[in-house]
Order: sequence, then structure tokens, then C-alpha cells
Amino acid sequence: MTIDSHKGQETGANGESFENPGLPDHRPRRADVDPKAAKRAERQVVALFTLSVLGTILAVVAYFVFRPGETVESIRYANLFLGLGIFLAMMGIGLGAIHWAKTLMRDHEMVEERHELRSSDETRAAAVEMLKAGAKDSGVGIGRRGLLKGSVIGAMLLAPLALLVPYVGNLGGDWNVSKFKHTMWKKGTRLARDPDGTPIKASDVTIGSVFHVIPEGLNDLPHHELMVEKSKAVVLLVRLNPADLKVQPGREDWSFDGIVAYSKICTHVGCPVALYEQQTHHLLCPCHQSTFDVADGAKVVFGPAKRPLPQLPITVDDEGYIVAQDDFNEPIGPSFWERLK
Amino acid sequence: MTTTVTPPPANPRLAKVAGGTANWVDDRTNIGGFVKFFSRKLFPDHWSFMLGEVALYSFIVLLLSGVILTAFFVPSMEETHYEGAFASMHGVAMTKAFESTLYMSFDVPGGLLMRQIHHWAALIFTASIVTHMARIFFTGAFRKPREINWLVGFTLMLLSLAAGFTGYSLPDDVLSGNGLRIIDGVIKSIPFFGSYISYGLFGGEFPGVHLIPRMFTAHILLIPALILGLVAVHLFLVFLHKHTQYPGGGRTDKNVVGLPLFPVYTAKAGGFFFVVFGVIALLGALFQINPVWNYGPYDPSPVSAGTQPDWYMLFIDGALRAQPGWLFGLPFEWEIGGYTLSWNILIPAVILPGLFFTFLALYPWIEAWATGDRGERHVLDRPRNVPVRTGIGVALITFYVILVLEGSNDIVANLFHLSINDLTLLFRVLIFVGPVVAFIVTRRLCLGLQRKDRELVLHGHESGRIVRHENGEYIEVHTPLTEQERWVRVSYESIKPIEIEPEYNDRGVRRKGYKWDRFKQRLSRWYYEERIDPVTPEELRAAQEHGHH
Repeated sequence: MTIDSHKGQETGANGESFENPGLPDHRPRRADVDPKAAKRAERQVVALFTLSVLGTILAVVAYFVFRPGETVESIRYANLFLGLGIFLAMMGIGLGAIHWAKTLMRDHEMVEERHELRSSDETRAAAVEMLKAGAKDSGVGIGRRGLLKGSVIGAMLLAPLALLVPYVGNLGGDWNVSKFKHTMWKKGTRLARDPDGTPIKASDVTIGSVFHVIPEGLNDLPHHELMVEKSKAVVLLVRLNPADLKVQPGREDWSFDGIVAYSKICTHVGCPVALYEQQTHHLLCPCHQSTFDVADGAKVVFGPAKRPLPQLPITVDDEGYIVAQDDFNEPIGPSFWERLK
Repeated sequence: MTTTVTPPPANPRLAKVAGGTANWVDDRTNIGGFVKFFSRKLFPDHWSFMLGEVALYSFIVLLLSGVILTAFFVPSMEETHYEGAFASMHGVAMTKAFESTLYMSFDVPGGLLMRQIHHWAALIFTASIVTHMARIFFTGAFRKPREINWLVGFTLMLLSLAAGFTGYSLPDDVLSGNGLRIIDGVIKSIPFFGSYISYGLFGGEFPGVHLIPRMFTAHILLIPALILGLVAVHLFLVFLHKHTQYPGGGRTDKNVVGLPLFPVYTAKAGGFFFVVFGVIALLGALFQINPVWNYGPYDPSPVSAGTQPDWYMLFIDGALRAQPGWLFGLPFEWEIGGYTLSWNILIPAVILPGLFFTFLALYPWIEAWATGDRGERHVLDRPRNVPVRTGIGVALITFYVILVLEGSNDIVANLFHLSINDLTLLFRVLIFVGPVVAFIVTRRLCLGLQRKDRELVLHGHESGRIVRHENGEYIEVHTPLTEQERWVRVSYESIKPIEIEPEYNDRGVRRKGYKWDRFKQRLSRWYYEERIDPVTPEELRAAQEHGHH
């Protein structure tokens, strides 16, 4: 085995650690020693900057040539060529500058000393002196300290309330959070198809079929009220084979001939529970996969939800339409602190 | 265009104009002082230092493209019926926010491109911040004096998530509306105040008419202003501290080795901005992102399978999916005195991200307790040389990645034809087991790599050359490391666990603060008990003599 005898000694000053070998030797690049290579690099840089100019021209031309149209396909070319133009315009400048830096600018590393960030003891002492002098000039410390300091701090702490109370107060409108607990369902409201709003007859609902339901009359509301009410009132209507349906105690008359209606808003964080699997009677929330068993009171069989979906008590009116018996008997959707109050 | 190799001869008229302008400005601003301070400041070179640059440049692209988008976006939840160029949406009821998003996509030439550039830039912004943060973590660049800058960067990371989420929600499409509904559900789970925070945020019941204008102000004014201000602080501190450098010959904690800001980094970093811009433009040109016209306007009723938030929110979504509502018959929602406490939402969406982010924010101090080091550190660690830190980092990433995968569990299940329930059960276990295994394996790997370094320093590279001695013995010739190669492998400090004062002094009085010291000592032992010391010159000499036998 041979020993690298370059610079011989391995021991440091104290003999316990190696000595820093100093900066590695600078290796010249080809462009540093060969004027031809330098010339070539320069031409490459110029070519890259020229590419950028061509990209700019492409972008401007693409803007005038490709106009957006009525379909996704028609805007594809507009998007593509304008984007490619901007890409080339930017990339040309970027690569040109970097190539310039890497081939022609200095690459011989330099050394700069660092200085400890801490200010010197004298500076610190001087700073403290200055603050003391300032404190003295302010008059604090000659018997007036408590009241002056207390009043200025107190005033500054209270001042934000002048803004916070009225304007944070405004954020929530009427702050009537008990609205979360009620929906627009009431006795006799017909169950209607989502989104067109036509009422549903019990005879339309075949075994195994599923209906996305809104309350009749929802679509007559002004847009923003409609959105608020729809967010709470959407229901999923399913007809099961009455033999499969496990009627929940106390809810014997909430269903009609195997037809059950459950809130479509997940009791986890409020996504619409929209995926119904006919074979298993399972209802799946696509957001976080809470799974509810429609045949068994929409109880949770999997996932992060804890509570069953609230059931909408239904019956059939004289004309054969399915109607609600009442609003839900509990708040729909995700839990909140005062849900049961 | 003519090009010359030698610098062009000085143009006396130009020089006079430049000198005159400089003189005029300097007389009024002392700009000479700034130029003297900044222009030849040295920066070390390494590819990993560019991750932060990517974040900065994608932020600039976000500002530029964002300004263009605000020219067309209408932040309003008022109802309208679509009559624009995109024929298949004619007559559909939607908010003006969604209508204007369609308008800028289909009626404004280049508008769709700008939307796509903005969205891609946002994804790259958050991704580069996270990878930049990982680089800082693994190389120990957060150590004194950079703890404050770690916190500034940490806050920027949180702000980038807020910027991303508020922007994602503005078009008011089905996906983003459901995202908001999830956030509303999470907020409502907060004890005491949840309902009121939700009510205040939405200006009434979900979705109301106030949210999009409010988020718009946050998205285009408040959050970018905070980001811009903190970026200024971040960069100011980088200049003040001078950049860290990787270990290497000639580099110490007391110097900085690199190339000057002007002209080298003006060209390299300035050029890199255009490269980042170019790549984002290419993504916007070639790859469709967030095609809201396929999702349709927000409606509280429909939702589609495979709904995912943007990648940076996936970990919270994954935690929400993994948390069971019931576990072995025990509910994760409690009723206490008639009030409802939803652990099934609080744990994954509030407590878990809270702990994760608090740990990240405090990490520089946690490690400083274990190290007991009070000096300034400007030379970076090679990750293998601090096995416990590297192990913690990989464990955190593993934890995060498991949550991200769980956040896309429906896609993963579909792709690999697995049962989504089995997959979720698996992830529920992996969330606890994965990070522990990752920590142990990573730490062992680091120690192994350190041993390999020692081996290399002591015995050199295998040359592949076999030599037969006169006595018939065969040996392989090893080439010793160069001084530079060796220095990288021996120049780290092997930190020993801290020693603490005994609990009782010689008069038998129990001293104050002993418990705290004891905790730090335990932490320190966990970090540094098992360690590999760097090769000493003594050992190298011994090995070389041994090699001469």
C-alpha cells in the first residue's frame, strides 16, 4: 500500500485532528485556456438569447393567430403555442445567462471572513447606556413610573377593541347559530327530484332505486337562500325490499313500504354522501369514506363518522306523492359543540 | 450583431453618462454604500441551495400571473346564468365567480394559460418550500445563528398553504366548494367557539354570499403582503448571516467560500428565475390543471368519487380519512353534559397538524438542548453525521407521506385493485409503525455510512489492481484518499452526550433546575450515545503502518 506523501504531515496543530487542507486547486475550464472554446461558448450564449427572441415572436404571433373558441379543443392551440412562446422567451434568457456564468464568468472561488454576529461588549454597554439615558429623558423613573406606564399600556391594549368589537361583530351577521339545527322540511313538504324539483310519487320508486331529493319549493328561493337551504336539506331516498329493512325502534312509521329517506349530508364533516351501493345497501361518502348501512338505520359501518345519518320521517299524501312528516328530529351534518342544546 | 472575445473598448460618452448618473443618485441616497456591501458578497455553490430560489421565483410568477387574473376575476357569489363562449354550459345557473373563471378561460385569449401557469406555480411554490425546508433540516442549517430565520421560513410555509387553499377555493366549482364544506365541518368541531367561527367566516350559514369576496381579499392582499414582508426578512437575514456552506477544503465556521453576487450570481440566480418561469410556462402550455368546466359550478348536492384537494392539503385529508369514528366499540365523539366533542375531527384535523407544526417550529431548540452547543455553526452537516436528526427527519417525511397516500386512498385502491377498507386499516397501523421503522432504519444507515467513511479514510479506494508479493501473497492495491476527499470525511465534530451537575451539592442541598437538566441529559444521550468518531491522524498512521506489513 502506498502513502500519499503530498504535503506529508497528517497531524494537526494538536495532533488529534486533521488540518484543513485549504481550498482545492482551481482547475481552469476549457474556455479559460482555449480562446476557441471561449469563442464557442460565447456563440452558444448568443444562440440561447436569440432563441428567447424567437420565443417572444412566437408568443405574439400565437396571440393573433389562435383565438379561443367555443370548445375546449378550440382553445387548445391558443394555449399551447402561446405557452410554448413564453416558455422559449423565458428559457432562452435563463439558459443563456447561466451558460454565460458557467463558461465565461469567474469560477475561481473567493474567501470572505465571517464576523461573529454578537455586538461587542462596548457596543452593548453603549446601547444599554443610551436606553437608560432615553428612559431618563422620558421622565420615567422619577416617581411617575407606575401611572404613566400603566396608562399607556392599558390604553394600547384596549384600543384594538374599538375596531375588533364592531367589525368582528359584523362578520357573522345575526350570529344565530341555532339555524344550523333546522332545515326547510316541514309537515307535508313533498320530496322532489334534484335538481329539477318535480315531486316524486311512491309508485315511481322501484325496489333498489335511489333518488337524490330536494324539498319541493326549494328552487323558487332566491339563489343564496337556495344554496343555504339546499346545503342542509338534501336527502337520499331509497326503496329497499321491506324484508331487508331493519326498522329502528321508535321509527316504525317513518318509512313507507320499504321507502326510507336519509339526510345526504355526512355526519363527519358535511360532504354529500352520494354513492349508494345497491347490493349491500351501503351509502359511501366519497370524501372520507364514511360508510352507512341504509338498511339498518344508516348506522356507521366504516370510516370516520360516528353518528348515523339523520332520518327524514316520510309518508304518502292523498295524491300518492311522498311527503315529509316533519323536519329532521336532530341537526343534520357535522357535529358542533351545542348540537344537542 | 457582432461579438468580440475581448471586452469592448471603453465608450467614453457612455462612461461619462453612467458616472454622472451614479454621482447624482449617490449624492442623494448613499447608494455607493449599498453597492459596496452587496455587489461582491460571496455565495457558496450547491444545487440544494437552489430549492429556496425556486420558491422565491415561483412566488414572483404567482404575483405576475395573479395580477393578470385579477383583471378578469369577479369575486362575487351573486347568481348569474352563463352565456359565454363555452357552449355546453349555456344557461347554467352559477355564481359570478365561477362565470368569470369560465370567461377568462374561454373568452380571454391566453387567459386559460395564465390560470394554468398560476395554478402550476402555486403547486411548485408549496413543493419547493417543503423541499427547501427539508434541506435546511437535514443539513442542520437551522442551528445558531439561524433559529429566527427557521421560524420566519416556517411561517412562510404556513402562509403558502393558506395562499394555496384560499386561491383554490375562489373559482367556486364543485370540488373547491366541497373543500370549503369540509373546512366548515372541521371548524364547527372546535369546542365552545366552532359554530361562531364558522358563522363569522361565512357571514352566516354555509355557503352564504360573503365567503368568496372575503377569501379574495385574503388571497390577493393580506396573505401575499405577509409573504412579501417575511420574504424580505428571510433574505435580509440570509445576507446578515452570510450563506451556510457544505464541508470542504478551506471552508470553516469563520469564513465563506464562494463566488460574488455580481456578476456570477446575478447571472446564475437571475437566469434561474427565467428558467423557473419557463418551466412553469411549459407546464401551463402542455398539462391541463383544474379544469373547472368539467366539475361545474358549486352545488351542495353532487360530489364525485376521487375528489382530492391540492397536494399540500392531502395530509390533513388523509388524517381525516384514517381516523375511525368508532374503535373497538369506543366512540370518538363524546357528549359531555349535553355538549358535543368531536374527537374524530379534532384529532386528525386540529390536534395532529398542530403537534406536527409545533414540533417543526421548535426543532432547533429541541436539538440545541441535546447538543448543549452555544457556538455559531456555518458549515453544514452531512446528514449521515447526525444520525438521530436524520432519522427524525425521515420519520416525519414517512409520517407525512403515509397521510398523503391515505388522502388518496380511493385512487391508490383503484390503481392497485385493493379494498379501500383494507387499505385504510393498513394505513391506520402504518401511521404509528411506519415512522418508527423509518427512524430506526435511517439511523442504522447513517451509522453504516459513517463506518464506510472511516473505512475509506483508513484504507483508501479499492483500485481493482491485484499485486502478488515475492512471498506469493496476493493483495489489492488501495489508493489513498486525496487530502480534499479525506477532509470532507473527517472534519465533522462528534458530539458527546452532555454532562450535568449532580442533583445534590456537597452540602446535600438539592439544586434547582436539576429535573430540567436531567431531561436534557436524557435527550442528549438518545441523540449522541451511539456515535462514530471521525478518523484521527493517529489512527490513520496506525492503519498505514499495518498496511505495510
